[in-house]
Amino acid sequence: MQIKSLEELIKIKEKSYKSVYLRQHHNNDSDEIETRNATEDEISKNIIVCGGTGCLATDSAKLIKNLELILKARGYDHKVKVIRTGCFGFCEQGPIVKIDPDNIFYVKVHPQDAKEIIDEHIIKGKKIERLLYIEPVEGKKIEQHDDMPFYKKQMRIALRNCGLINPEDIYEYIAFKGYEALGRSLTTMSPEEVIEVITKSGLRGRGGGGFPTGLKWQYTRASEGTTKYIICNGDEGDPGAFMDRSILEGDPHTILESMAIAGYAIGAQRGFVYIRAEYPLAIERLNIAIKQAREVGLLGKNLFGTDFHFDIELKYGAGAFVCGEETALIHSMEGKRGEPHYKPPYPAQKGYRGKATCVNNVETFANITSIILNGHEWFSSIGTEKSKGTKVFALAGKINNVGLVEVPMGTTLREIIYEIGGGIQNHAKFKAVQTGGPSGGVITEKNLDTPIDYESLSAIGSMMGSGGMIVMDEHNCMVNISKFYLEFITDESCGRCTPCRVGTKRMYELLNKISSGEGTLEDLDALKQLCHMIKGSSLCGLGQTAPNPVLSTMHYFWDEYLSHVKDKYCPTGECKNLSKYSINPDKCVGCTACARVCPVDCISGEPKKTFIIDESICIKCGACFDACKFNAVIKP
Amino acid sequence: MPKANFQVEIPNTENLPKEKFNELKQYIDGLKSTEGALIQILHQAQEIFGYLPKEVQLFVARALGMPGSEVCGVVSFYSYFTTEPVGKHVISVCMGTACFVRGADKIVDRIAKKIGIGPEETTKDGFFTLKNIRCIGACGLAPVVMVDDKVYGRVKEEDIDDILDSYRKEEA
Amino acid sequence: MSTNNKDTVHITINGQEFDVPKDITILEASNRAGIKIPTLCHLDLHDLKAVNKAASCRVCMVEAHGRDVLVPSCVTTVWEGMEVTTNSLQAITARRIAVELLLSNHPNECFTCSKNLDCELQSLAHELGVREIKWSGEKQNFPKDISSDALVRDASKCIMCRRCETMCNEVQTCGILSAMGRGFDAIVGPAFNIPMVESSCTYCGQCVAVCPTAALTEVNHTYKVWEALNDPDKHVIVQTAPAIRVALGELFGMEPGTIVTGKLVTALKRMGFNSVFDTDFAADLTIMEEASELINRIENNGTLPMLTSCCPAWVKFIEHQFPELLDVPSTCKSPHIMFGIIAKTYYAKKLGIDPNKIVVVSVMPCIAKKAESARPELTKDHKNNVDIVVTTRELGAMIKEAGIDFSNLPDSDFDHVLGESTGASVIFGTTGGVIEAALRTAYEWMTGEELKDVEFKQLRGLDGIREASVAVGDMNLNIGIAHGLGNARKILEDIRDGKSKYHAIEIMACPGGCIGGGGQPYHHGNDEIVKKRQEAIYKEDRSKTLRKSHENPEIIKLYEEFLGKPLSKKSHELLHTHYEKRERI
Ligand SMILES: Cc1cc2nc3c(=O)[nH]c(=O)nc-3n(C[C@H](O)[C@H](O)[C@H](O)COP(=O)(O)O)c2cc1C
Ligand code: SF4
Ligand code: SF4
Ligand code: SF4
Ligand code: SF4
Ligand code: SF4
Ligand code: SF4
Ligand code: SF4
Ligand code: SF4
Ligand code: FES
Ligand code: FES
Ligand code: FES
Repeated sequence: MQIKSLEELIKIKEKSYKSVYLRQHHNNDSDEIETRNATEDEISKNIIVCGGTGCLATDSAKLIKNLELILKARGYDHKVKVIRTGCFGFCEQGPIVKIDPDNIFYVKVHPQDAKEIIDEHIIKGKKIERLLYIEPVEGKKIEQHDDMPFYKKQMRIALRNCGLINPEDIYEYIAFKGYEALGRSLTTMSPEEVIEVITKSGLRGRGGGGFPTGLKWQYTRASEGTTKYIICNGDEGDPGAFMDRSILEGDPHTILESMAIAGYAIGAQRGFVYIRAEYPLAIERLNIAIKQAREVGLLGKNLFGTDFHFDIELKYGAGAFVCGEETALIHSMEGKRGEPHYKPPYPAQKGYRGKATCVNNVETFANITSIILNGHEWFSSIGTEKSKGTKVFALAGKINNVGLVEVPMGTTLREIIYEIGGGIQNHAKFKAVQTGGPSGGVITEKNLDTPIDYESLSAIGSMMGSGGMIVMDEHNCMVNISKFYLEFITDESCGRCTPCRVGTKRMYELLNKISSGEGTLEDLDALKQLCHMIKGSSLCGLGQTAPNPVLSTMHYFWDEYLSHVKDKYCPTGECKNLSKYSINPDKCVGCTACARVCPVDCISGEPKKTFIIDESICIKCGACFDACKFNAVIKP
Repeated sequence: MPKANFQVEIPNTENLPKEKFNELKQYIDGLKSTEGALIQILHQAQEIFGYLPKEVQLFVARALGMPGSEVCGVVSFYSYFTTEPVGKHVISVCMGTACFVRGADKIVDRIAKKIGIGPEETTKDGFFTLKNIRCIGACGLAPVVMVDDKVYGRVKEEDIDDILDSYRKEEA
Repeated sequence: MSTNNKDTVHITINGQEFDVPKDITILEASNRAGIKIPTLCHLDLHDLKAVNKAASCRVCMVEAHGRDVLVPSCVTTVWEGMEVTTNSLQAITARRIAVELLLSNHPNECFTCSKNLDCELQSLAHELGVREIKWSGEKQNFPKDISSDALVRDASKCIMCRRCETMCNEVQTCGILSAMGRGFDAIVGPAFNIPMVESSCTYCGQCVAVCPTAALTEVNHTYKVWEALNDPDKHVIVQTAPAIRVALGELFGMEPGTIVTGKLVTALKRMGFNSVFDTDFAADLTIMEEASELINRIENNGTLPMLTSCCPAWVKFIEHQFPELLDVPSTCKSPHIMFGIIAKTYYAKKLGIDPNKIVVVSVMPCIAKKAESARPELTKDHKNNVDIVVTTRELGAMIKEAGIDFSNLPDSDFDHVLGESTGASVIFGTTGGVIEAALRTAYEWMTGEELKDVEFKQLRGLDGIREASVAVGDMNLNIGIAHGLGNARKILEDIRDGKSKYHAIEIMACPGGCIGGGGQPYHHGNDEIVKKRQEAIYKEDRSKTLRKSHENPEIIKLYEEFLGKPLSKKSHELLHTHYEKRERI
């Protein structure tokens, strides 16, 4: 069946509604789908199970299988439907299971819990207490996800359908107004009007640069030539960021729909999703989505009965961070080495196969349909003066609630870390939060109240980047973190230009020297000089931003660098050469715990007496430190 | 539209069976156009052969009418492509930021020590290949180790022995 | 103030204001204004259509006001109102550090390096005042590849400027060199880093001609020459190619395009060669054979077009890339090889010298000829036709080594028996020359009339592919010319697809022909030099009284006394060769 008009789409939406009405749309936009009571022969409950990569890793596929088998065995399979969705964002607590319409949220559900869920909850209607989420600060159990601090402050626009719909079913997407924005754009708006709405909404690119999306569309539209391309950048290379993947896995149709809208706006008939080969699940879901969209005529020729044609193909990356950079990405799509080239020409002038090309990020696209449906005033009312809407962050590191969070621009880091993120793991002391990945910098306690937007993050020496947010505690050494990022950069540099190819290698070597205790004050100077040169002279954004992690840690943690160089001492003990483990005889009770975990057996002593560490053998792994319950192991 | 050249000879090598070359040939033949399709074809070739030895790269080059240096330049650029056969089990340690701040470097060290090889190497008996990878998106479970497709989350150094031994045992 | 129209923009460089064309780069604008910005990876051979836009070295960085990072002047076009500072502290520091970084990953063995004092990296370090290399660390270390008879690849000295890649892939379309790996480990080289000899390299040497460092150089054979010269048992004779005499002077500080034929001969004599001959003699011989072959093919419905075969790089190109077309090139050996075999037969007999004691040295603008002379089919009785090939540059070095004050040498003439030449053979040194020379002879042979105006102007110039239709008697001879292997490829594709309308085609591997050969003095990216050499070649032609090959008295004598007539059995045996299919890697 082919959908050839907006009316047909609306009819299908109303029909599809039957299968989703049990679920609550925690969408902030527009009218919610109202709940109604199920009739006898209708499905009366949905068991929603997260099928995101995180939860699949903790066996949610098996859980789904078990649930289905047991439902069948109990004869409930026509009354209760198990739905596999995309990521709920709360991967730390995965696998996540939600029962609707009861709105009960279970966490860390094992495959063997399937029986209990069905027998107790579904059949007897009894909540399973032990599977409820326990809030870490006060230790309270919480049933509904809307009540969880993790979700409370969030506002889901880009992630609106993740964890809500079955991404492998186009009708579920349609039920939640899918493809309506495309239909309306094509039938009631001119391309210029579409661009105007996007421009006025204030949406800026979520891929890192923050370039106004409407303006980019306008430039590409204004470019010469009749063949144009639209590309969705799904390369997501920042190690520790996974929002794009979650969107592609959890709501692939929104990307297809938005790309079609963009294609209409700029005058392109073909779109490509460039996606990392490391994202097999996202690839699979996209392929399914494209196939379904073609089947119902939402991709292909004469969309919505207009003369607009649009189709989408996938192009695969092959493991190169730099291919996230748009010119490198285009080279890679052309089957070449993914080396960037100097801009201009910009892709909007001369991109894929020499034609005008518009490259946008996944999350950027994920905002488009809501803007079209709800208007630019709605979108621009969210956020700060220059940064509108919401931003998704991948919250990770030493924080309690690891996961994906979407918050309005202008939310402070403190709110994210302490309210949504539930504070620092193991009650350790907060040290810094790193944003912007390998291009960004660290933010310390004193700037935690900065409202997040593109400008304010740059002002404090970091950047928005793609949205990775790594929380570090007192046990993380800043020299070591810099070294980590530089190692990443040297691995990922394309090798084209001198500053990045040789310069970042030298930076890495200097950092290595410092962390192994051989650094000098001159090295710190040299490092700084190199940072400035590389920033100012590299060919592409990778090199130009590579020194940021070093510059910002040097700025905020200069003392730590000095102590590595002058005192030959690493305050966190992470730099092995600069650390030393010993046992405080006053505290040691001789419990033997440390000796048991030491991998090189260099702790000796008699039970109940003081233990000692043989420093000459110790490999500084820190296991004894973690093992000692009496704080007797001193580090470094 | 550029099409592939099918007159290309299939190299005669012991460990690269002819059928696999034929399979690759068929795949290339099925493409609408070979323009810009190099990376896609290499993905398929690696799928078929498990790795991309010189013979396979040259075969692709000749089929597409492009210089071997170009194919080699591309293969060596992307870390997803490997020119060495990989071991029976691939141990991938996530070295993404989230895993790193939770001690992934120590995990790698421990594994490397246990099986006596460094990252990107394969044990002499071809049993394990050790790889560092970047964020697999299971940051919530950091640090993460994958053996083949199985994900191990919240791995501690002392878990390593048990995890790896289970594969050896399975073998025995 | 400026008069602003659409085609120019108003810019400020270092406080001075200029109106410049709107589509030029900052670098060009600065050069016009006499402000020098150092460059390294940049290469722009306008006339030869070879432009390297890698923008990889970052040595040409300048400050453009309003930009928060420096911009590379070699690829950034000017814009209206642009304000540039080329010498701010940030810019000069960045440049110096860029060079220091390159040197931190470089062997820095200038003393013993073949590029010493002729190296762009070295002079840049000097110009930018590099006094220490602050950044030490790991260096890339590759063994030298000395597998081939023609070029040496010393990858440790590669600075990733990518010029060779542009040359080999875009200009020559050989596709031998590519960047491999990435990051610090990235390197430019042949596929899988195989030894050059296993690659399909044509040895055209264009990569060598543009490499700013000693990462790609020719194999040095000067020592072999010294050895031969000092062996009392050997009779060592030398021949010099036409393109040498218009370029050698550059190595001694003379203006490009200075003709130094007389000094060249004197220098060679003083070095101790038994006889100093001219490859031009053999070029005339080649024309005798090639023109006859062409006429023969035309008259007897042979394979047409016929392609010239005096460029060994081009020959190797067709063997690797178009093995199905191996019957189109003329079977004539290249001139210096013809010379070698004539020396070891005719000349040896005439002087009563044991051919085994004759050592033939070729001074060539070319590195492909080094490899050519080692081709197995070009050896007779297990003895090479030509024993040693040295390039213009190597000869220059030997003259210096010998303590000869080249600039002040008197002139002398080539020795005789194999030393006479005509204007036709001189023009072999430039693109279009071989076919023009062949035409001068073919015309007279085919029509039986005297050719009054020997200069076929329509065949001259530097356009990559040129063509002309020349009335020869009652037929129109369609002539094609290509220089640079990329252009050759286009011509060959037409032939393969049956679309070629030519009778005869001249192909030279090097852009410009042998004047732009890989063994010539480095032009360091200045294509004016190549043009001046071309002008000099035509000047030398005009200065000759004999301008048609078949009028060369020594050639006439050679046929009378030894070969009989062109395409005779003896000619075939000695002067013609065959080609073979080769792999493509
Ligand atoms: C080194 C580097 C890596 C990048 N990686 C990504 C990426 O993974 N995903 C992305 O969308 N943009 C990435 N970008 C930004 C893109 O070049 C481009 O600006 C972006 O895709 C444009 O989309 P937007 O305007 O919607 O943000 C990267 C840029 C650089 C310099
Ligand atoms: S900055 Fe780095 S990644 Fe970018 S072009 Fe230069 S070497 Fe390549
Ligand atoms: S740090 Fe590690 S090696 Fe050293 S004593 Fe403690 S447990 Fe043993
Ligand atoms: S674990 Fe602590 S208390 Fe126990 S033996 Fe070791 S140092 Fe002493
Ligand atoms: S290549 Fe140049 S800089 Fe390098 S050693 Fe040779 S002369 Fe010196
Ligand atoms: S330039 Fe300096 S290093 Fe070189 S030879 Fe002279 S004194 Fe020695
Ligand atoms: S000599 Fe010619 S063919 Fe060989 S690598 Fe250099 S440019 Fe390419
Ligand atoms: S070999 Fe020479 S020309 Fe080629 S990239 Fe290296 S330095 Fe440049
Ligand atoms: S054009 Fe001349 S210099 Fe160049 S390769 Fe051919 S023969 Fe040698
Ligand atoms: S993958 Fe299940 S919550 Fe993220
Ligand atoms: S950083 Fe390891 S899974 Fe994300
Ligand atoms: S000369 Fe401009 S970047 Fe190299």
